[in-house]
Amino acid sequence: MTAILRTEKLRVEYRSREMRQATKVALAGLDLEVGAGEVFGFLGPNGAGKTTTMNVLLGFVPPTSGAAYLFGIDVRQPIARQRIGYLPELTYYYKFLTAEELLRFYAKIFGLPRAETEHRIDQLLKLVELEHARKRPIKSYSKGMQQRVGLAQALINNPDLLVLDEPTSGLDPLGRMKVREIIQRLKNEGKTVFFSSHELGEVESVCDRVAIIHQGELKAIGRVSEITGHHANLEQAFLEIIGFQTSTAP
Amino acid sequence: MNNIFAVAGVVIKELYRRKDFYVLFIVTILICLVMASVNIFNDAKIVRYLKEICLLLVWLSSLVIAITTTARQIPAERENRTLLPLLAKPLTRSQLIIGKFLGCWVACGLTLLCFYLFFGALSASREHQWPLLNYFQAATLHWFMLGIIVAMTLLGSLVFAAPSSNSTILFVIIGGILFVGRHLDQVALTLREPVRTIVYSIYFAIPHLELFDVRDLIIHNWPLIPWLYFSLALLYAVGYLAVFLTGACLVFRRKTVN
Repeated sequence: MTAILRTEKLRVEYRSREMRQATKVALAGLDLEVGAGEVFGFLGPNGAGKTTTMNVLLGFVPPTSGAAYLFGIDVRQPIARQRIGYLPELTYYYKFLTAEELLRFYAKIFGLPRAETEHRIDQLLKLVELEHARKRPIKSYSKGMQQRVGLAQALINNPDLLVLDEPTSGLDPLGRMKVREIIQRLKNEGKTVFFSSHELGEVESVCDRVAIIHQGELKAIGRVSEITGHHANLEQAFLEIIGFQTSTAP
Repeated sequence: MNNIFAVAGVVIKELYRRKDFYVLFIVTILICLVMASVNIFNDAKIVRYLKEICLLLVWLSSLVIAITTTARQIPAERENRTLLPLLAKPLTRSQLIIGKFLGCWVACGLTLLCFYLFFGALSASREHQWPLLNYFQAATLHWFMLGIIVAMTLLGSLVFAAPSSNSTILFVIIGGILFVGRHLDQVALTLREPVRTIVYSIYFAIPHLELFDVRDLIIHNWPLIPWLYFSLALLYAVGYLAVFLTGACLVFRRKTVN
């Protein structure tokens, strides 16, 4: 398996701004490897370190120790981000731009030729079903439409690796289904998708492998069937792995 | 360079799609037209007062546009979280800062062009002359001064959390430099050590924005500034804006984005 994404003993500590407070360990020696063509679910409760891991992978936060690589290139080098697409959670794109202007802007950053850019914009707006709204300013979009335009911007460079931070967060069931369909389609195209989510049913249905992280430490990693094991579903396995005791009324 | 131009392009689009510029431009036009329509004291030279007030409005409007447009750039990117998908692309933080600077500076240049065209038309309608080279010198110096202010504001937006506090501080500093800056050396002479050295240091450290205020050149139709001095003034501006931009790039490089 060719590792597209790799972390080695990744540790991130945040120094507290207040005196006498200990440093907060967000990640404690995370080892992770995601292969080409995989759809990889990254799970964990709030504050587990999922977003921090993504922030390191995208070069937003420097690791305290350890290393992270995308396509074998250290994430601190901007060139490592040439072949990735990223969809952050809850982003409000430039309100004064239209969808096609936004995509043209991001395409320019990737240095795509003009003809290819226009072709790609047509393709993506069709994929995310925003063709009818391509000339409307983003400020007039619903939340679901904004999330879909976000997905389109993440795909503008035809990336080999897609990093999605809670892509279905805040969406209605229809919006969630559409995002899931797009991920499925990308999987069929052989793209690698690394995404975090709290929707465990969704993870179960689209992921090849999952990792569960808790308090900055990797608790489990493997195929969905391996993680689920003897449990009824992924949710139950997840709760047990993170040590959550369900209260049983007498 | 491609990345820098892409970022700058979005900033320019933002300026002409927002209402700020149009409001200030229309207000300036209205005030000036109302004043131009009144013939006070039957004085033929009254046009100079009209030009002075019109230029004062142009200066104020340009300062407001430069500071408010620049001050919101990075904080808005953070607040709307658009900074994340942007920096997740092969774009360095320095490219982003330089792109923002270029966008704001060019946008200010475009607004200045509109203001000076209006000013020129108004002035020509009363004086029946249009000293193009004088206008060119005054507008160019004005634009380069705005370059320093844009770079300062960009640095401020990385240091101060809220755009409003950054704008207020910048207005105070720029007002202080424009009104008091040139007299600091004389003030220093009257002081005792070590305050004298401190005031002298401030005098030599601050960008002397008042050097770029050549409104009198076009109000009183004075002869042109020698081109050597004009070029030196532009170089002086480039030096200061480079210092502020480098500072902004260094501060932004150390910032955690999350």
